[in-house]
Amino acid sequence: MDVNIIFKIGAIGILVAALYLVLKNTGREELALMAALGGLVVVLMMVITLINELFNNVRALFQLY
Amino acid sequence: MEIVQIVAISIIAVILVVLIRQYRPEIALQISVVTGLLIFLLIIFKLASVLEELQMFSRQINIDLVYISTIFRIVGIAYIAEFGAQVCKDAGENAIASKIELAGKVIILVLAVPILMALMDLIKNIIS
Repeated sequence: MDVNIIFKIGAIGILVAALYLVLKNTGREELALMAALGGLVVVLMMVITLINELFNNVRALFQLY
Repeated sequence: MEIVQIVAISIIAVILVVLIRQYRPEIALQISVVTGLLIFLLIIFKLASVLEELQMFSRQINIDLVYISTIFRIVGIAYIAEFGAQVCKDAGENAIASKIELAGKVIILVLAVPILMALMDLIKNIIS
């Protein structure tokens, strides 16, 4: 099992939070927002593959459709 | 000892979620989603063997396979709907969560209609 993905997402979250605070405090609000959005997109990409795996598994197991 | 593994994963995930939620609530939500998925993927293989056993049993005692597969489908739909609703509730969107549950119930009802009709036919045959 890849528990690593939880750590990866946690690391990205902390990194994005720190980046957001730094950029905001240096007065670059729009860049901070972009950093937050970029982090969200990266994490979402990782999560979507897992969700896809879940749906495929459930579909195969319970003979849906 | 898979339960130890699952509890360990959950505790680590909860610590991370609580840490990150103050700064980035959207990423904290993603972590909780991923944790749920991982736990499910850990236990799905056990469930598969149980379902296979049930299917074999139903073949032995000659139950119509349509009924058994309908029940499996209902369980699958219930699980997916529950998962989506829990994610929405976690994010604080209770309205969307209850809509997902409603949709799941309606789809299950649609799937259950043939079984209900078969039961009605049986009752009709017994009466006449």
